[in-house]
Amino acid sequence: MRKLLFESLIRPPLTERPPQASNAAVDELARALDGLARKRLGRSLSIRAVDAGSCNGCELEMHALNNAFYDIERFGFRFVASPRHADMLLVTGPVTKNMREALKRTFDATPNPKWVVALGDCAKDGGCFAGSYAVVGGVSDVVPVDLHIPGCPPPPIEILKGLIALLDGANGKAGVAKG
Amino acid sequence: MARKNIPALADVIEAGRRIEHHVPWPRAVVTAKVWNLAVEQLAAGRWSVLGLWGEPDKVHMALLDEALAIGVISLDCRGGRYPSVGQHHPPALRLERAAADLFGLAPQGLPDTRRWLDHGQWGVSHPLAAQPGGPAAAAAYRFLAAEGESLHQIAVGPVHAGIIEPGHFRFTAGGETVVRLEERLGYVHKGIEGLMAGAPVDRAAKLAGRTSGDSTVAYSLAFARAVEAALGIEVPARAIWLRALMAELERLANHLGDIGAICNDAAFAIMHAHCGVLRERVLRAADAAFGHRLMRDRIVPGGTASDLNEAGTSAIRSLVAEIRKRFPHLIELYDNTASLQDRTVATGRLKVELARQYAAGGYVGRASGRDFDARRDLAFAPYDQLTFDVPVLRDGDVNARVWIRVREVEQSLSLVEQILGRLPAGPISVEIATAGDIADGPREGMALVEGFRGDILVWLRIGEGGTVERCHLRDPSWFQWPLLEAAIEGNIVADFPLCNKSFNCSYSGHDL
Repeated sequence: MRKLLFESLIRPPLTERPPQASNAAVDELARALDGLARKRLGRSLSIRAVDAGSCNGCELEMHALNNAFYDIERFGFRFVASPRHADMLLVTGPVTKNMREALKRTFDATPNPKWVVALGDCAKDGGCFAGSYAVVGGVSDVVPVDLHIPGCPPPPIEILKGLIALLDGANGKAGVAKG
Repeated sequence: MARKNIPALADVIEAGRRIEHHVPWPRAVVTAKVWNLAVEQLAAGRWSVLGLWGEPDKVHMALLDEALAIGVISLDCRGGRYPSVGQHHPPALRLERAAADLFGLAPQGLPDTRRWLDHGQWGVSHPLAAQPGGPAAAAAYRFLAAEGESLHQIAVGPVHAGIIEPGHFRFTAGGETVVRLEERLGYVHKGIEGLMAGAPVDRAAKLAGRTSGDSTVAYSLAFARAVEAALGIEVPARAIWLRALMAELERLANHLGDIGAICNDAAFAIMHAHCGVLRERVLRAADAAFGHRLMRDRIVPGGTASDLNEAGTSAIRSLVAEIRKRFPHLIELYDNTASLQDRTVATGRLKVELARQYAAGGYVGRASGRDFDARRDLAFAPYDQLTFDVPVLRDGDVNARVWIRVREVEQSLSLVEQILGRLPAGPISVEIATAGDIADGPREGMALVEGFRGDILVWLRIGEGGTVERCHLRDPSWFQWPLLEAAIEGNIVADFPLCNKSFNCSYSGHDL
């Protein structure tokens, strides 16, 4: 373990490697997010992920936000274990009828002010699952949505872009009182 | 029948009425007597269930016998009733409950008649039956009882404390020790099989690729192979090899992610960080090579949707070099950290007998002595021309499930290199002209593909106008989820995340 830790010390961080196209984009986003997050939230935004029926593809890319390349916690963005600790719900999937109640309750358990971000194509309108007997539709059919991030699934970089858009849009009204 | 007491699967198929266009394995409509004979073989532990699914007034069961022969038997269910398999062979139990919810089929003698996928929220009951019923009442779910002094219950989910799919776990614990775990699933039931009925093949292929996000390549491959079997389509050689390349990249990404995540659940974050980097590199190489990080919709019936160019090839080659350089250090770290071994060794032990009875696929089965891998045992192309080992252990604990993944990462790296070295040139797809081929009646196809989690079964019938009449997709998790309940017994509650991650069952693939 010592060897690995030592190597990690002398290796440059992965996020600052010589620019490939995607790494340059990460850097640019990182700077933008950093400034905004600091201004609006004092470097803290707690995110509660809710899978309301997703295929799990969006969750995989959400996980990727935590890896060394994207390292979302640099900006004070944290995934939290309870909706009661959350400023924002990040909701994936077409909302299934079996998850409708759970999503509503999670929303109700999140204190105001709060944001809801719908992640992925299915979260918009049910995507390719729309019309099924078991599917309600998009996230906005069940709870009010502030932002939709498209993609199947959206790559981590798109999720970061979406979060910037959210903070931009929230200019002057840090979170909306709801419910 | 040649040997009356111990029939082979072929004998049972022979005793029924053969369905003409069912490829590549046979299907026969049998009598209740023959059906029960097959159930006897299951109960005696000689055969395994590969799948059980319904149709209006029909039930089908895919079987695997001791000689690794595969076949499907079907039973007409007069009045929706048929003799339950689950009463004698528990692995079929949840499959029967699901078929009951969807088709209104009533397995006679099924010991557990609680609804499984239907939570009383659909506004309809038996949605896939010939005549769906009115809305089912939303009744409280009766969890199985556990009685004893000072027992308490812990209810977890459906919304979990992490970035995880939804499902409910009901623990009964005596102090810290789990006395019983009962799962309640079905929360992410999207009605995929309902959406597929009557859909054109290309739409159904998209749905199949969204059954379980982490196995999108494996599902697309299984679906494509089933369509191609049904319609008798020859796929170009290059496509066959590219498909295997994608499948191995998907296996690499998932195994690397899992190894890190299991260690993370034992609070050993450094493994998680380093494995996360390797996983990200796999996704980036996949993106460079095939234009999508998860390679979604890249395998289509008839071939593949994207080709591999020079740049893609070199991205994958440098990926392999990078993993070969870094991975051994991580394994050494895993193996030499006593505090981590303390958490994984002897934790969540799954008995060899149970893995065998449930025909558990993937690392769950192979860590508990079940020596089965569809790539080797069914030898579908191009795996029949590749060299690889199938690791098997018998300890059945979290540690063994980690080691199976480690060994499979090594095998997949070798497979990727072999494939790159021998990738044939030529076209990557053929047109699938469906409408003309089925003038003489419906065509049925089936495929069993080794995903990272285990074998995925797809069965389908293509009918008039080349649309999918019925498609059934069986995730490996159907036979792994019940085993998690067994493996956790007697462990402490705090070790549940560790056990759960080491199984890494799919919710979406199961709930469908």
